[in-house]
Amino acid sequence: MTAPAAQTRKRRQHDGTRDAHAPVEAGDARDAFDRDVLPTPPGATAALLRSLLSPLRGRVVLAAVLLLLQQAATQAGPLLVAYAIDGAVPALRADDHGPLLLVAGAYLLAAASGGVLEYAFITCSARVNQDALLDLRGRIFRHAQALSVDFHERYTSGRLISRATTDVESLRELLSEGLQELISVVVSFAYISALLLWLDLGLGAVAVASFLPLALLVRGYQDRAGRVYRERSTAIAAVIVKFTETMNGIRPVRAFRREAANDAGFAPLNGRHERANGDALLEMARYVVGSRLVANVTVAGIVLWGAYRVADSSLALGVLAASVLYLRRLYDPIDRLGMFLNSYQSAAASLEKIAGLLAQVPAVPEPVAPRELPATRDGRPGREVVFDSVRFAYRTGGEVLPRFDLTIPAGQTVAVVGSTGAGKSTLAKLLARFYDPSDGRVLLDGVDLRDLANADLRRGVVMVTQEAFLFSGTVAENIAVGRPEATREEVEEAARAIGAHDFIAALPDGYDTDVRKRGGRISAGQRQLVAFARALLADPAVLILDEATSSLDVPGEQAVQRAMSTVLRGRTAVVVAHRLSTVEIADRVLVMEKGRIVEDGAPAELIGDGGRFADLHRAWRDSLA
Amino acid sequence: MPSDLIPRDGAVERSPAVRTLLRLWPYLRPVRARWFAAAVVAIVASLTSLVIPVVLKWMVDGPIADGDTAGVWLGALWVLLLGLAEAVLFGLRRWLVARPLSGVEARMREALYQRLQRLPIAFHDRWASGQLLSRATTDLMTVRMFLAFPLTFLLVNGVTILAGVVVMLAMDLTLGLLVLIPVVPVILVCTVFEKRFSEASRAAQDQVGDVTTLVEESVLGIRVIKGFGRHRSQARAFRELTHRLRGTELRKARLLGAIMTVIVTLPELAIGACLVLGSVRVADGTLSAGTLVAFLSTALALHWPIVSIGFLLAMSQEAATATARYFEVMDTEPESGPPAAPAPAAGRPGAGAAVKEGGLRLEGVRFRYPDAPADAPPVLDGVDLHVRPGESLALVGVTGSGKTTLTALVPRLHEITEGRITLDGVDITAMPREELRSRVAVAFEDPILFSATVGENVLMGAAGRDGAEDAGALERALGVAQAGFVHALPQGVDTQVGEQGLSLSGGQRQRLALARAVVGRPDFLVLDDPLSALDVHTEAAVEAALREVLADTTALIVAHRPSTVLLADRVALLSGGRIAAVGSHHELLRTNAEYAWLMSGAALEPEEARR
Repeated sequence: MTAPAAQTRKRRQHDGTRDAHAPVEAGDARDAFDRDVLPTPPGATAALLRSLLSPLRGRVVLAAVLLLLQQAATQAGPLLVAYAIDGAVPALRADDHGPLLLVAGAYLLAAASGGVLEYAFITCSARVNQDALLDLRGRIFRHAQALSVDFHERYTSGRLISRATTDVESLRELLSEGLQELISVVVSFAYISALLLWLDLGLGAVAVASFLPLALLVRGYQDRAGRVYRERSTAIAAVIVKFTETMNGIRPVRAFRREAANDAGFAPLNGRHERANGDALLEMARYVVGSRLVANVTVAGIVLWGAYRVADSSLALGVLAASVLYLRRLYDPIDRLGMFLNSYQSAAASLEKIAGLLAQVPAVPEPVAPRELPATRDGRPGREVVFDSVRFAYRTGGEVLPRFDLTIPAGQTVAVVGSTGAGKSTLAKLLARFYDPSDGRVLLDGVDLRDLANADLRRGVVMVTQEAFLFSGTVAENIAVGRPEATREEVEEAARAIGAHDFIAALPDGYDTDVRKRGGRISAGQRQLVAFARALLADPAVLILDEATSSLDVPGEQAVQRAMSTVLRGRTAVVVAHRLSTVEIADRVLVMEKGRIVEDGAPAELIGDGGRFADLHRAWRDSLA
Repeated sequence: MPSDLIPRDGAVERSPAVRTLLRLWPYLRPVRARWFAAAVVAIVASLTSLVIPVVLKWMVDGPIADGDTAGVWLGALWVLLLGLAEAVLFGLRRWLVARPLSGVEARMREALYQRLQRLPIAFHDRWASGQLLSRATTDLMTVRMFLAFPLTFLLVNGVTILAGVVVMLAMDLTLGLLVLIPVVPVILVCTVFEKRFSEASRAAQDQVGDVTTLVEESVLGIRVIKGFGRHRSQARAFRELTHRLRGTELRKARLLGAIMTVIVTLPELAIGACLVLGSVRVADGTLSAGTLVAFLSTALALHWPIVSIGFLLAMSQEAATATARYFEVMDTEPESGPPAAPAPAAGRPGAGAAVKEGGLRLEGVRFRYPDAPADAPPVLDGVDLHVRPGESLALVGVTGSGKTTLTALVPRLHEITEGRITLDGVDITAMPREELRSRVAVAFEDPILFSATVGENVLMGAAGRDGAEDAGALERALGVAQAGFVHALPQGVDTQVGEQGLSLSGGQRQRLALARAVVGRPDFLVLDDPLSALDVHTEAAVEAALREVLADTTALIVAHRPSTVLLADRVALLSGGRIAAVGSHHELLRTNAEYAWLMSGAALEPEEARR
């Protein structure tokens, strides 16, 4: 969504990696992302359209041919009228029925084939459109999935959703209605001009001459409408943002009585769109008047001149009749040309945004030649993690983690503590390969994470985060995200191990309760338990918990700890927590401050040393009262 | 809409397209003068173009045949004038409705927005915001388009075709009847088509909704998908849905193709027959050449009006679906208005009564979600609870026991099923919601900030409370919530946050939400696990500051941990939909096994605790 105020700001390049949870500096708040103008390489929009249509080349050609034939069939009518009047009628008077039968046969053929060709064209072009859209939707979806978590944090979900929906929709309109209009307008223009010229060179030339003012009109309209159109799309974007924000925050809106204030805030945004919308429609009205005037003046001129020539017998009556009939048809689709220009403008803007998205290079790509993980040592399930001179910084600067080394032996449980912004989450995300380090390597049993195929990586490392997202579907399906091939018994076993079985069984349909449907309300704490059940089911060698217990109560937290010491025994675990209860099961504690590991040792050892951890621990003990 | 998200149980009855579209009338009414003027203008413009062939006939049979130059000039002048009139009238029509119809769209959107803000929270729980958004944008644009084009042109084309038919019948009865023959089969086909196309079109819109939902979830759940390496199964599901959508769209195209074939072919065949018959009669001398030319010009001039009916019907069908989707929301009852007799005298009972009746009291409160299956047990089943004036009470219970639900009942975000809730002795259903919500401030479990400055976000909590909206109150509230970090932001309290501004961490947002709740010095405070995302040091600091605020505020605090519980004077344990025990933290630790288990986890296993 393009915020007007933001347009004045300097356009910034995407810096690739930024922790959305860290406060950012002043100028950065309004960059290309906020203005929704990702850099699009020149020509990318056209290239995108080409690449969508080129696999469908055959069908595109077929559709064009069908349309040519269909137009030929429909445009035959007036020609047959001319032939009937000038040829068949005199022949009939001479008792020759042949020409009339010819007219009858030709008309029948034209009408029937016109209909059949129309059907063929509509279905054929629908197939082209739908295949192109299918391709485009798939590309956006796959690309969005391939892009890094960091990208998603910056691009915001709303924009991605509008890329895959409203922007695709405007291309659909262009392809399904606009393009067909354009082709049929162009084809009928060409046909009719040719026919007119063939019927009578002079009359035809007058008709063709009228194209010049029409072209000027179209050009002028396109310029003005383009401006109005951009204003309109900016205006509707502002409406959408306000709307979405209100609906997503409906509880605080109600609790803090924001309804009237929101109504007042919404009105000017809606009014701005109303004005822009009206401007666009008026621009169209002006275009229609202009084009109709040109068309009708031309018709009157041709009638006058033609009638003169018929009167002095230098032109056949039938030819004049046919010419006038054709002329009326010639100018019929001019309005539709205007509509095509509308949908073209909007589709071009959308395609540019989509091309900008597709041009984003995934910051965390899958390896081209992946390496295998070695077999785990001594049959133990955990794996060793090594941060080898790892450093992490935003591409714009702003170092989050200065260079450090860290080795976590297989099977160790490490708690990472420290205040907000200390870099705990960044450390976790590097290990989960949500980010790649700026320098250095993260190794899993000696293999760089960047060399692991996705499937291997996720068998190796699984991360459970604070926001426990549930997908539409049943509770069982949500747990099975951890391992889709798991049986129902395994799913239930995982839920039992984490203490989630009781509440799931109490839901209206138990494990088959749809989480988005009636009776499926699940509290924040329950969601986190479901997220844990997923992790248990995935059974990774390394488990990362990033503040994953914040909404759990004490028994819930204990169930998690129990599960980690039983079901997940022997796995390597990294636990980021602002509560220290987890420390009870940790073999080792890392205290982080400003991106550095300032304390590292066994919990008891650190408490004895009386450092920062001892402080934190005392505060936590007190809080338990 | 993920088709299954829509509450369809009887609420949405499929009514015929025409009846659905008639419901647009109240919105069209204010601009009806202009709209009808535009329709009349369009009809006149269309008829103008029908007169042109008549002039041609007159020219062919008269001046041209006679070589009358002046007549030719006169005829051409008429054609020119009619042409100019047609052009100006077409423009006039668009000019007449351009602003009014944008206005209709805007009014409808505004009405939708206002209605949505006032619908019960339970409604928003069921409907994805994307579903609501598509109603406010694409659906309304479809409706505006319908009012501007299909509605006008169905009328205009109808009149044009009718007038054309009359003109043709007047020119020649036999030819006129001949050209009319296809009307019956075309109407029949259109009727069948309308039904099937409407089904396909609704299916396609629903499938688009499903695709949207999948996109939305795969974006919102990207960390889960990446964390478990599940892109492939997501991509598979997406491929399946988009292929299904493609299938439906192709079915729509086949239906449209079939109808177009009928609409194009049959009238064309009739015109062909007229041409043959007409030529024979011209040769016989029973019909003038001019009449045949004019007749065929008229018939061909009706070509576009007839062909376009297919498109217009399809567009109307889509508009009817869009209208139905719009009214699905508009037909939902908003939260009931203020009570008929607000009983202002009872608003503040005398001091004597306040002591006994004062504070926040829940009596026999039962609650089940309005959309819950009939056989499901209620979430709250007879809750009796009294928070004395100035007292703070912690609410504790296992996860999923209904604590958050209970907090939503106090500001009437949900309506209780049975029982009553009183504030200082006044039933909350007896006071206007506005007043109720200004007296009860809430901090939600999921702290949401709006696109506004930090200061505006916090001061929202003080709106309507005298003297609270000043810098002093803001500073005090930020101080309580330990939200000093805002001064380190680029523009301090004037920094933009929310979707369109700076993104803050969960802990930072939680502190601002807490500041928002306390800034208005409310009489009643409801806090839902307000400290969950804070680290130990910050939590301790917030607790210390919050204690002062709570000293003279009646507060209900949902708590998961001992540290939060200790903020309160007393604790209530919510279990099995009732309040199982009330007392001080230490009392309950000693006397209540479930409470002890919840707070320390010690001693009891969950199964035992529940017995």
